[in-house]
Amino acid sequence: MAKITYITSDNQTHTVEVQNGLTVMEGAVQNDIPGIDADCGGGMACATCHVYVKDDWFNKIPKKEDGEDDMLDMAFEPKTNSRLSCQIIVSDELDGLEVNIPSKQA
Amino acid sequence: MKKTDALIIGAGPTGLFTAHQLKLIGLDCEIVDNLDKIGGQCIELYPDKPIYDIPAVPECTGEELTNNLLNQLKPFDIKFHLSERVEEVKKEENNWLVKTSGGNSFLTPNVIIAGGVGSFEPRKFSPKECEKFENKSLFYSVKDKNIFKGKTVSIFGGGDSALDWAIELSKESNVNLIHRRDEFRGAQATVDKMHTLVKDGKINLFTKYQMANVHGEQTLESIDIKHDNDEMKSLKTEYVLGFFGLIMQLGPIANWGLNLNKKTIEVDTEKFETNQKGIYAVGDICNYPGKLKLILSGFHEGALAARACFKLARPDEKYRFEFTTTSTNLLKRLGKKE
Repeated sequence: MAKITYITSDNQTHTVEVQNGLTVMEGAVQNDIPGIDADCGGGMACATCHVYVKDDWFNKIPKKEDGEDDMLDMAFEPKTNSRLSCQIIVSDELDGLEVNIPSKQA
Repeated sequence: MKKTDALIIGAGPTGLFTAHQLKLIGLDCEIVDNLDKIGGQCIELYPDKPIYDIPAVPECTGEELTNNLLNQLKPFDIKFHLSERVEEVKKEENNWLVKTSGGNSFLTPNVIIAGGVGSFEPRKFSPKECEKFENKSLFYSVKDKNIFKGKTVSIFGGGDSALDWAIELSKESNVNLIHRRDEFRGAQATVDKMHTLVKDGKINLFTKYQMANVHGEQTLESIDIKHDNDEMKSLKTEYVLGFFGLIMQLGPIANWGLNLNKKTIEVDTEKFETNQKGIYAVGDICNYPGKLKLILSGFHEGALAARACFKLARPDEKYRFEFTTTSTNLLKRLGKKE
């Protein structure tokens, strides 16, 4: 279980507890947090669950695997700290993680 | 104008099986899809990814599933209208008048929306100002490459489309290639060829840059690109091409007077009919209590919507439920019996 904070582009913060094993994307969708579309349902096939991970956390969470950066090429306004939230799996170590949601996904 | 018993919007697995069900019960149908190929998300997003939860098919890829569905449709004559988007759906007495971007129009009592998460559209540049030049000097696909001859073209993207056009246009144009990182996801041979052209001074490569702004009055004059470290660079350019893949958007469906819930359409679970009589929604795009976004659910929804179509397409006939194992009628339609 980890407390994860989602910050929307209008600076609303939503902090929810997400079970280990779920993804950061699923944590958002299951808690009705706006701004994460996840059109493809977590298949790393659409780049609509794009988030920015705060710099101190970006290096702590498991690294991107093959293909994630390819999809991020297609995300809306990708930055160096961009991730697909469907590829970040929640564990106790992620307790306190903060992610920013872009102003739109497409 | 074409008359048909039912028009299906979307040629993904749900649309294809819905067509099968319509033809099986003796109705004709035509299918419109905005993509240039049949298969929907299965082909566009995950042709090679295995799917494990199609009943009685332990494992198959998106492409295999599409091919199997097409095989199942072989006994039937179904017209596909690809690369066309349905723009307008209007009531005309007891029918719907449907118009597409390809100039086709259909008159039908039944419209079945099997649109997945919407139609695939090119992803666009984020600065709002880019819209001003869209389809004039800024494009998301190339229709006529001759307009670029002798001009400066700035190409954005890191996949095969961006690379192929950078290589092709470098023969007769001054090409800038701009990408957000150093790695390209195109085929290795294409990436190598691009790097050779960069070395030979045929392509100007800017990596870790993204579009920041566009300038010009009537015609595009220059663009600003921004580095990851916030450094800005201005490039004189007459044309811009953006290749960022496709995104799914609900598009014109939002304007048809249907009850929407986020990006989905609300339906009943008897006919999968929307709040408009004769317009149905099936597959991922429909929503009802307990909805599962599974391909198998789409098959069920399509089968029921097809039966509902029968009532409107053949108001004077009675629909009779039959099995393909035993019904002479159905076996004839399947071409298994004279």
